[in-house]
Amino acid sequence: MAKKRNIIKNGIFTENPTFVQVIGMCPTLATTTSAVNGIGMGLSTAVVLVCSNCFISLLRKVIPDKVRIPCFIVVIATFVTIVQFLLQAFFSELNQSLGLYIPLIVVNCIILGRAEAFASKNSVLDSICDGIGNGLGFTLALTCIGLIREFLGSGTLFGMTVLPEMFPKTLLFIMAPGAFFTLGTLMAALHYLQAKKAEHTKKGGKEA
Amino acid sequence: MDRQIISSTPHVRSKDTVQSVMRDVVIALCPAAFMGIYHYGAHALLLMAVSIATAMFSEWAYEKALQKPSTLSDCSAIITGLLLAMNLPPAAPLWMAAVGSVFAIVMVKMLFGGLGQNFMNPALAGRAFLLASYPVEMTSWTSASPFGLDAVSTATPLASLKQGVLPDATMLDLLTGNIGGCLGETCAIALLIGAAYLLYKKVITWRIPAFYIGTVFILTAILGRTGESGTLHVPLYEILSGGLLLGAFFMATDYASSPMTPLGQIIYAIGCGLLTTLIRLYGSYPEGVSYSILIMNLCVPLLDRYTAPRIFGARKKEKGAKA
Repeated sequence: MAKKRNIIKNGIFTENPTFVQVIGMCPTLATTTSAVNGIGMGLSTAVVLVCSNCFISLLRKVIPDKVRIPCFIVVIATFVTIVQFLLQAFFSELNQSLGLYIPLIVVNCIILGRAEAFASKNSVLDSICDGIGNGLGFTLALTCIGLIREFLGSGTLFGMTVLPEMFPKTLLFIMAPGAFFTLGTLMAALHYLQAKKAEHTKKGGKEA
Repeated sequence: MDRQIISSTPHVRSKDTVQSVMRDVVIALCPAAFMGIYHYGAHALLLMAVSIATAMFSEWAYEKALQKPSTLSDCSAIITGLLLAMNLPPAAPLWMAAVGSVFAIVMVKMLFGGLGQNFMNPALAGRAFLLASYPVEMTSWTSASPFGLDAVSTATPLASLKQGVLPDATMLDLLTGNIGGCLGETCAIALLIGAAYLLYKKVITWRIPAFYIGTVFILTAILGRTGESGTLHVPLYEILSGGLLLGAFFMATDYASSPMTPLGQIIYAIGCGLLTTLIRLYGSYPEGVSYSILIMNLCVPLLDRYTAPRIFGARKKEKGAKA
């Protein structure tokens, strides 16, 4: 059980797809104009990731090595289609604001990357845990970026107005450059904290 | 026996220090800043004060927070703050000057390693940030009047030209700064006095400003503008209006973000001039000085690399020569 928990934790923190692996940048930068969009995109990706990891792990001994990438894509595309239909049926508004980025989950590097690096080599349960970890890590990152951009750019949080009307809205943050600034600043802050933590444990180890 | 002092080269140094250079730039900006205050009143002075104070404070706070040695005494934060304020419209709210200064210093300058490491002019990047974020406040202009007494909203000469209308401002108005525009860009005479001081003190060389302004002059003379009232074909007018003089003398010549080699500087300046003219004549903005300098700032590493002079004694590689 400890191993499974470690795999999940790895995906969320130590190997966070957005802040540490820096993959899946296209949806990260494009869809995080608000917190709701960030969560929507993150969870959709996470669902596809868990399902595709599970199936690819199940099929890992059947899939021939030479054609593995097309096989992965077929599996992933199936789940993306399912997710898109579900979104269209139940979250039509979210589906409209995410637009093209939902079908584009098919070619999301995180999903293909996890399939190639993890699911095709590990057991089904481990692969599911890996999918959950990475999916949650991605969702968490997108939600953070979305929250910051939405707060600064339109003065709202999850669509609710929090800043008084007179407070200026920094439009740059809901435009493309704002995504880069937010992502870069968050990444720098996380690395700074991690470096500090590493230094701390190193010192502690020496003293002990 | 005489004591021998052994030290590495260079042994002969000029008296210039970062501080003295920056002090000269501040002195050179003073006439234009004063004219800004004269034309737009106490609010202009407040904008400058807030902008400079925030720039200095954010540099100090950043270095304090990261436990780095303070570089406040090199005076570069003063220049960034002052230049940013001079690039703001006279009626800009004070908080905007503060936000722009923080962005310019922290995001553009300090995060990339401080003075000398910034790949863009911080003041211009701050202005671009404000223009993208608060488009309404950044494009409402007020007319000049002594000490900003009865200021009314007005169009800048370049904005009128863009709409194909002959501006009301005469050439004399452009020289004295009796027009709408950013705080520090309107009075051509004051800017030229400052520029002359910088050239005399050898803080800047003539290359970048001369090629920049020359390119705009020649291109507008060739391409020209036409409007409802016939041709608006006055290259000299185009040079004196907008932020061209301020940009060419004070911002395109920033040491950290302009090329080092003479040829590189010429290409850089012509690029600035070309982009400025294209944005002014065919772009959707009336003025393009800040964006064109920022875009050319990004080309600087490339220009420096491809225009590097041959090292003395080194030979050009012969074609097909075996290594």
